[in-house]
Order: sequence, then structure tokens, then C-alpha cells
Amino acid sequence: MTYAIEISDLKKRYGSGFEALKGIDLKVEKGDFFALLGPNGAGKSTTIGILCSLVNKTSGSVSIFGTDIDKDFAKAKKYLGVVPQEFNFNVFETVFNVVVTQAGFYGISRSVAEERAEKYLKQLDLWDKRNDQSRMLSGGMKRRLMIARALIHEPEVLILDEPTAGVDIELRRSMWEFIKKLNEQGTTIILTTHYLEEAEQLCRNIAIINAGEIVENTSIKALLKTLNQETFILDLDSSLPTGWSLPGFSVVVSKDASSVEVEVVKGQSINAIFKALDAISINVVSMRNKSNRLEELFVKLIKG
Amino acid sequence: MKNSEIWVAFYTILVREIRRFTRIWPQTLLPPAITMTLYFAIFGNLIGDRIGQMGGFSYMQYIVPGLIMMSVITNAYSNVSSSFFSAKFQHSVQELLVSPTPNWVILLGYTLGGVARGLCVGLIVTVLSLFFTHLALENLLLTVLVVCLTAIMFSLGGFVNAIYARNFDDVSIVPTFILTPLTYLGGVFYSIDLLPDFWQSVSLLNPVLYMVNAFRFGVLGVSDINVYWALVIVSVFIVVLFGFGLRLLNQGKGIRN
Repeated sequence: MTYAIEISDLKKRYGSGFEALKGIDLKVEKGDFFALLGPNGAGKSTTIGILCSLVNKTSGSVSIFGTDIDKDFAKAKKYLGVVPQEFNFNVFETVFNVVVTQAGFYGISRSVAEERAEKYLKQLDLWDKRNDQSRMLSGGMKRRLMIARALIHEPEVLILDEPTAGVDIELRRSMWEFIKKLNEQGTTIILTTHYLEEAEQLCRNIAIINAGEIVENTSIKALLKTLNQETFILDLDSSLPTGWSLPGFSVVVSKDASSVEVEVVKGQSINAIFKALDAISINVVSMRNKSNRLEELFVKLIKG
Repeated sequence: MKNSEIWVAFYTILVREIRRFTRIWPQTLLPPAITMTLYFAIFGNLIGDRIGQMGGFSYMQYIVPGLIMMSVITNAYSNVSSSFFSAKFQHSVQELLVSPTPNWVILLGYTLGGVARGLCVGLIVTVLSLFFTHLALENLLLTVLVVCLTAIMFSLGGFVNAIYARNFDDVSIVPTFILTPLTYLGGVFYSIDLLPDFWQSVSLLNPVLYMVNAFRFGVLGVSDINVYWALVIVSVFIVVLFGFGLRLLNQGKGIRN
């Protein structure tokens, strides 16, 4: 089977002696929406840097759509579109030129590049800004510009390195709608993000990297099934009596007694909570997870 | 990449480089025009009249080829060094690095961008010089060949400088402390025949002397050195610098971790 990305025993040691990657193995299927998560300094950006040739690997092999980067990096690069974490376009160029120039670097003729630039700038709501210098754009617009630029050669794989950092909620949602559509059309998406709810909602498969090693590589569903315990917050319509407790559960009542945190271990039924509250004539107004489920697992995995 | 794609990539880099220096023309094209006009007015007209003839020509006519070459050298060099370093500084060089454009095309594109600015400034200075003196072109082919080769050589030098530069000071150190002295002492303003034997021999170690004199030979038909040596020296420098620049790019020196 040919994978979109196939990484084998990939190692990277920087000149300072810091070992950023300690021999990672990773496979991303074609058409996947894949999350690469990890704390700062875990090796995510190094991995992405090696994939797109911004970082030289120390050893190991990387194939992109079956093309080994050591054998034909130029061909492998054509499969990839990269949206980096930092803004990395010429801020004095116009929005239109940033995109069209990038197409030129891929050998795409000017007429095709202009057509595609129009298509993607319109889809990303940047067409009205096409003649503005890119430095004049807002942070969110700059992110969208980098997405348009990454798509100009219509890559098979789109790598998004923290694409929604500093982007407001509305824009983030529209950005994800756009990326989801791309994925539905067959583009493989690889995402790194610190917003774990994004990864949970969007991605099918996940790899968690920590200190240069892959500590988990599975589907989001399978990973969430391993969650043994969840903490729920219940908002109540009246205050709990002093000293209230719930046998079999660990509970923390808020200072004003109007809400309660309940830890539910795998296998326990949350009906028991409602029954106990109903018995003292208290209704549950709303209920939510204390933290994102993936976040709980992520913290556990990172802490080892 | 197919040949047609390589051509598009090269053309894109070249056009972008030309667009860059023409967009900021008050920083790139105007200063050499003003500086050289002052040189012509002060050294050529005011002081030159008192110096008399040099190499059988008026002092003004003698220094014009040197000043044209000085402009070409400085501008070709600084175009590439500042453009590539800026791309490094604001990380926009990554646009090229993630693309399939071969490294030799990147090097060639930046180099010819520098050549374009060098020739553009050279042309401006030449036109300005005609307001002050008459220039008879002795050998058009040689003149064009020398100016082009020199611009290529110094563009490549600027590229190597930009690769090694870590801050803006590093970009200006070489032009200020190496390029300017070499140019001023490279026979722009005088014939080395005026120097004592020892300093004549020392001057022969200065590569700029060969380029200035070869260009002067093309324009005026006089030179302190053998013109063919000049062509050989420039060609060797070009081959060495191109090879070195390409090696640095392949290694990712200063641009890849």
C-alpha cells in the first residue's frame, strides 16, 4: 500500500547536540485527516521541516506518495503544500503576487497561476485584497493567504502547522469548513494544533509526539475509548445542601454550591448522579466536560 | 522538473528580483545616479581640468569607464546580498526551498537579478556621463562582455555573502571594508603606471583592476593590463563562486537547520 506519508526511523540531531527526533515511524494514509500533536519542542515542527525540506534529517527515510525524498525530492515536494506556523511571505509583495509567484516556483505557467490564484483567493475571501501589500493584511487574512499560497500547485497533501493560532473563533470555523471540504475532495490533511478540540472534531487519526518519540499513533476513536475517567461539571438550579456527597463518585462542590464536579470512572453510569440530585429535588440545568477528552488523554500520555 | 517548468521557475525568480529593485528605485537606482553625477562634476569637471590628460584622454574621459564599472560592481553585489538576506531574514526564502525549483536555478535567478540591476545602473550612469563628456566605444563586444561577466561575478559574490550573513551588519561589512577599497584602488581614478613599482605589483593582485581596465579598453582602447588575462580571471572567479554558492545551497548553509 502506498501511503501519503511514510516515515521510518527518522532521526534529527541539531548542531547543538539536541536530539529532536529519536527514530520515529509514522504512516499517514491517503485522504486522511491526520493530527500530529505534542507539546512545544516535542519534534512536530522538526518532522514537518524535514518533510518539506526546511530541515536536513540526520538519518532515516521519508517517502511522500511513494517517492523517497533522498531519491527524488523535487517530485516529492510537488505532492506537498505547507502552511507554516510563522508568516513567511514577502510582506512587500501584493497578495496576488505572493500566490502567483509561488506557482511559478512550481513551474506553473502564468495564465494557469492567475486562474488558480483567483479561485483560491475568492474561496478564502481575499480577492478584494489582491492588490494590497500583504503586510497590510490582518493576522487572520495572512493565515488565509498562506493557505491559498500552499494550494496554488494543488498538492495531494496539505500540512497545516498551527494554522489557527491567534485566529478568532468565527474565522477559525470558516477556515476549518474550507479545509474539511478540501479533505472531502481527496486532499490528505496533516494538522498540528494546540487546540485539541479541533483535532478531536476534525481528525480521523492521530499521532502524539513527545521528546522526539511517538508515544501514541492510532485513530481518534480508538484513543478516546482508552479514556478511563471523565470529569463532568453539572450546573444546578439550586444550591446543594452542606456536606452533600455521592457514594461511589468523587465530587467537588463549588463555593456557592450551585455546581458540582463529578468524576465518572469507565463503567459507572451517570444516571446515578441524576437520581441522587432528583432525590433532593435539585435539577441539572446544564452539563459539560471539565476539559476536552482528548486533552485529558494528551496530558496523561505526555506525563507518561 | 521538466525543462519548461524549470524555465518558468527561473523566469519567476528573475522577474521578482527585477520587480523588487524597480519597486524601490529611490533606494536602488537613484542613489548611484546622484553619486556618479557628483563624481563627474567634482572629479571630472572641477578637479579633472587641473589634472590634465591620463592615458591620452582627458581625466573625465579616463574615469568614466571606471565609474561605470564601480556602479555595476557595487549594485550587482548589493542587489543579491540584500535581496537574498532579506528573504532569509523574513523567512520568505522558504517559499523557494519548499518548492521543487533546483538549487542551480535559484542561484542563477538571483545572480541574473543582480546582473539586471548592475546593468541598469551602469546604463543610467553611462547616459549621465554623456552630459559631461564624449565617449567613443572602441570595442562594443568586449565592453558588453566585460561588464556582463563582472556583474555576474559580483552578483555571485553577493549571494555567498548573503548565505553567510547572520544580520544586516554582515551584509554591509564586505562592501564597506573589502569591495569599496578594492574598487577605489582598482584603477578607477588613476593608471597604475603612476604608482611606484612595488605598489604596481600589489595592485596586480586586485581583481577589480583587471575588470576596470578591461572595460576601459573596450571603451577607450587603453589598459594597464592584458585584457585577455582579465577575461580569464573573471571567468575563473565566476566558475569558482558559482560552484561554491551551489555547494552552500545544497548543504542548506544558513537557510536549513
